[in-house]
Amino acid sequence: MNPVTAQRIRSTITHLLLLAGVAISIFPFYWMFVMASRTTTDVFKYPPELLPGTHLLENIRKIFDNIDMVGSTFNTLVVALATTVLVLFFDSIAAFAFAKYEFPGKNILFVVLLATFMIPSQLSTVPSFIVMANLGWVGSLWALIIPGAVNAFGIFLLRQYAQGAIPSDLLDAARIDGCNFWQQYRNVALPLLRPALAFLGIFTFIGTWNDYLWPLVVLIDPEKVTLQVALSQMKGLFTTDYSMVMAGTLLAVIPLIIVFFIGARQFLSDLAAGALKQ
Amino acid sequence: MATTSIAANAGKDPGAAARAATGRKRSEYFSLYLAISPFYILFAVFGLFPILFSAYLSFQSWNGIGDMKFVGFAQYQFMLSDQFFWKSIVNTFQIWFISTIPMLFFALVIAFMLNQQMLRGRSAYRIAYFIPNVTSIVAIAIIFGSIFSNQFGLINAGLQAIGADSIEWLNTPWGIKIAIAAMVIWRWTGYNAIIYLAGLQAIPTELYEAARVDGASWVQVFFRITIPMLRPIILFTVITSTIGGMQLFAEPQVLVGNSGGPGNEGQTMVLYLYEQAFIKNQFGYGAAIGWGLFVIMILFSLINWRLVQGAGTRGLRRGARA
Repeated sequence: MNPVTAQRIRSTITHLLLLAGVAISIFPFYWMFVMASRTTTDVFKYPPELLPGTHLLENIRKIFDNIDMVGSTFNTLVVALATTVLVLFFDSIAAFAFAKYEFPGKNILFVVLLATFMIPSQLSTVPSFIVMANLGWVGSLWALIIPGAVNAFGIFLLRQYAQGAIPSDLLDAARIDGCNFWQQYRNVALPLLRPALAFLGIFTFIGTWNDYLWPLVVLIDPEKVTLQVALSQMKGLFTTDYSMVMAGTLLAVIPLIIVFFIGARQFLSDLAAGALKQ
Repeated sequence: MATTSIAANAGKDPGAAARAATGRKRSEYFSLYLAISPFYILFAVFGLFPILFSAYLSFQSWNGIGDMKFVGFAQYQFMLSDQFFWKSIVNTFQIWFISTIPMLFFALVIAFMLNQQMLRGRSAYRIAYFIPNVTSIVAIAIIFGSIFSNQFGLINAGLQAIGADSIEWLNTPWGIKIAIAAMVIWRWTGYNAIIYLAGLQAIPTELYEAARVDGASWVQVFFRITIPMLRPIILFTVITSTIGGMQLFAEPQVLVGNSGGPGNEGQTMVLYLYEQAFIKNQFGYGAAIGWGLFVIMILFSLINWRLVQGAGTRGLRRGARA
């Protein structure tokens, strides 16, 4: 066998194996779509129907009739967007200060920040609920947005990036022109941090959108929940209407996949680069 | 650096500039502390205070409504003799074990294939493999619930089609754990593969060329070059999947319910905490379980730390910072 043929065979085998893996990655989505587009009777049939049916719109309509899909999607969107905007702002000003300035106590403060990484959030689930009760935030979206408005991970990530991406000369020039810290942040740091902010933004949005334990604990009013909690309630309530549950799941998954596709290429490179650096 | 530039400015007009610089410096310090303050304020209110309060709470008996009653170490004593607590620990470790090993193995193989030179469509593959990771766990648990379902599940249909007996996955001890592990594997293999791929791309190509010249086989290249060079990254992924595995909650909660299904076989540590605190309203006991979890996580992290140390200082530094 000549080397060119060997290379071609090897490449074909690689693609076949990789495509098999892709099929496994994608299959649950396909299966969700199949069940969402059939009737529940079809779902329980043996042998199972493996191709999509024609009942998708009907199932989606049932979802909107039975659960507050619009309300819970809206709640989730509010929480995810508000958290993302706050995280990007608070994390980036803190990261900028840590990366490019000297001030008394800086090192100790940064060590404290890193140490908070080690604490598992589940440790404080019970008392956090009590704190929220005292603030009158149980059942309110504030209980989700405010505790997540700033985080050590983002500050650490942006600081690493800012150290390399913001030239000190540029800050000196801005200072000579009379820019104070906030003006330097707005005019110099923010534009240069944009790639890292895009990564942190997508990361935060997806994470907040999918958050489950804390919303489940703190949103005690069944009428006012996030999408993930609504999905899990729906699964418990409509155990017999499987195709409707699947249609709801489908609707809950789609927005996120769109957000991911918008920034996928850059996002994945940044993710990998971050892991290597750490 | 802020200080050096101020010093440079001061050089032009020593007296006045120095005074102005001190004033400016003071107002700059104020801005800087203001800039970093949100993290510390929110951490104090929603992180540190709850942790201290949970220590206090773990010495009380409280259902969340009536008065608290001081009970000393009774909650901890009860915890140590609580067979459900120990069961949840065993379950968590079993699920962690049967999910992490296949997950990291498949991730390595995928990354190895994706790293082949002149592979077409690499970035499309990366996106396809990463999609499971952006999907919500609740949605995944609902879908996997139907795939592993006892009566009409797809896997059972497949088993029947080839003439095998169907298995009541969600009714048997290992069936439940395998279903939960399958979700973890499905969701995280692509993520880890992308991390490994980045590590592989950092390995100098000369090594592979030398191996090819020496006539090394695929298998030899994989075990003699790839694995050793990737060791720090592998340890990074082991640590992150350990942290994730110890905190498993949504997968079993949605798949088999608050008590972990038949025989509590799917009850993980965090799920047990949730059930005791928020379903049974045992707030004091819930707080004690939180500290129990914390100790287990610390111990397990220390074991990992030792592993990392044994594997070399490069790995140590990466692991420590992760």
